[in-house]
Amino acid sequence: MAEPVPGISAIPDESNARYFHVVVAGPEGSPFEGGVFKLELFLPEEYPMSAPKVRFMTKIYHPNIDKLGRICLDILKDKWSPALQIRTVLLSIQALLSAPNPDDPLANDVAEQWKINEGEAIKTAREWTRLYAMSG
Amino acid sequence: MDSDDDFVASEDDSGNESNTGEDEDGLNVALIDSEPTGSSHVDGNDRMEIEEEFPYEILTTEQIVQHMIDCIKEVNTVVQLPPTITRILLNHFKWDKEKLYERYYDGDRKMLFSEAHIIDPSETTSQKEIKKYLHNGMENCVICCRDLPTSMLTSLACGHRFCRDCWVNYLTTKIMEEGMGNKISCAAHGCDILVDDQTVMTLITEPKVKLKYQHLITNSFVECNRLLRWCPKPECSHAVKVQYVDFQPIKCDCGTVFCFLCGENWHQPVKCDLLKKWRKKCDDDSETSNWIAANTKECPRCNVTIEKDGGCNHMVCKNQNCKTDFCWVCLGPWEPHGSSWYSCNRYDEDEAKAARDAQEKSRAALQRYLFYCNRYMNHMQSLKFENKLYASIKEKMEEMQQHNMSWIEVQFLKKAVDVLCQCRQTLMYTYVFAYYLLKTNQSIIFEDNQRDLESATEKLSEYLERDITQDNIVDIKQRVQDKYRYCESRRRVLLQHVQEGYDKDLWEYTVKLDKV
Repeated sequence: MAEPVPGISAIPDESNARYFHVVVAGPEGSPFEGGVFKLELFLPEEYPMSAPKVRFMTKIYHPNIDKLGRICLDILKDKWSPALQIRTVLLSIQALLSAPNPDDPLANDVAEQWKINEGEAIKTAREWTRLYAMSG
Repeated sequence: MDSDDDFVASEDDSGNESNTGEDEDGLNVALIDSEPTGSSHVDGNDRMEIEEEFPYEILTTEQIVQHMIDCIKEVNTVVQLPPTITRILLNHFKWDKEKLYERYYDGDRKMLFSEAHIIDPSETTSQKEIKKYLHNGMENCVICCRDLPTSMLTSLACGHRFCRDCWVNYLTTKIMEEGMGNKISCAAHGCDILVDDQTVMTLITEPKVKLKYQHLITNSFVECNRLLRWCPKPECSHAVKVQYVDFQPIKCDCGTVFCFLCGENWHQPVKCDLLKKWRKKCDDDSETSNWIAANTKECPRCNVTIEKDGGCNHMVCKNQNCKTDFCWVCLGPWEPHGSSWYSCNRYDEDEAKAARDAQEKSRAALQRYLFYCNRYMNHMQSLKFENKLYASIKEKMEEMQQHNMSWIEVQFLKKAVDVLCQCRQTLMYTYVFAYYLLKTNQSIIFEDNQRDLESATEKLSEYLERDITQDNIVDIKQRVQDKYRYCESRRRVLLQHVQEGYDKDLWEYTVKLDKV
């Protein structure tokens, strides 16, 4: 087994080994720094031939993550490869927090704000992180 | 579609079926019948008197596969690559071998291979570059994380090694779940090298998956190839192969007659682009909005759409947030109208006039569309009923044969219904053509032709629907024959005239067309 990644943990559910409780720490230097984000990860029947399903449970202000916590990330869609692992997927999600991509948006309003006034958007993201990702 | 055993990957044992000439049932090479029986036998091909025949072949699924193999072989004799690589390359160039040769011999070959997502076959087999995860003589598969004997793992030319089980699962998922055939890439993350047929056919053993893969490859071969087209009939698995692309009717072995260019029912005289515009116009609700434009107005203040439901021209907008008072006729505020409507002095103002003009125009456009649409729909509807006519005519023919007429003597009835259907179909599409036509001297001639054909067709229809009884049969036979011959000739004249217009560029349209 590979060594654990700092700031990421994935624990299988007691009743369902396909279901993982994931916690990702907001990366340093990003507006999500200091936040602790909960995600759920589910391995479908076809895994690893099809991608795991991942969703943010903690509210987050990010152009590639929508209100329901769904994530726009190529490796979770058409760029999925069975050679990828849960570990690499979660690392990619953590990287997405460091580098939001407003040109390929999922949450349009957030992406718009990110493009028009990045400073303001980052401020909002910090605010949301403080409000929703630091409580517990 | 049940035996596609001859396939690219196993092409060595496929020499038992030749693609042309010696078809067992003789049905597969169906050149359009162009014998000089000429004018009285118009068989869906009206241009044969004035132009050369349009050669084509109807292919079965097996023949399509064979044709694909032949294409690959032909190119291979020139480029000398493994056949599976040739197929991917040909697919990349949409089966245009000339383009392939051009790029292969004139261009940057490295670039060509990378664009087509292939490893250049001349630079592979350097096994040392391939990364293996070895643990005491066992090799690790990074997908299932098992340590296995090296012989259990395999890779494409790119060298990303996975175990056979994982490959089989991966390919099966791609083929069965995602319906991918020629675009499956290596299972490694970020590697876009395409999986070749040989790999698929050796790894996959389940017949169902193999068959599906073959169908997907065959399908992409036909869809990409500009000289091939599937028969549009849903349950038909034939495709047509032409020698050059042209606006021509194709008669499939299943009986469907379709346009080679667009795959719709054969629709002479109107060409594909106009027909497509027409279909779109009929399908989407652009006409709904036309109706709204013609029959409603917008509140001048809040722009909500309103329909007048009473005689009074003093309108009060029902939008609770608006409630503006205005005049229906001039759309100006109601206030200056005072108590007496007839002093509406804003009536002639430019703005109000422009608004009314726009409304008139849209109303006229709607009328015009409905005129053509009604006639188009009407012929379409009649055409559907003519199928019932075939049944009743068949009965009549049997009845007549019982009353001392020979089989050959009653065939004129079937022929008459055939002609009737052809004429209806042509007429149907003439209304699409006419809708888009700008008025010119030629368009007037066209409309005269259309009128003649339509009235003759209606007469023929009437004869066939009611007038035939036992007593008048001899007389009516003569009349029916005369009439359908007349219809045939009118139809031919109309189509020839339209064709002449195309050739000499005489037609002008109400819409802009993209140059084909």
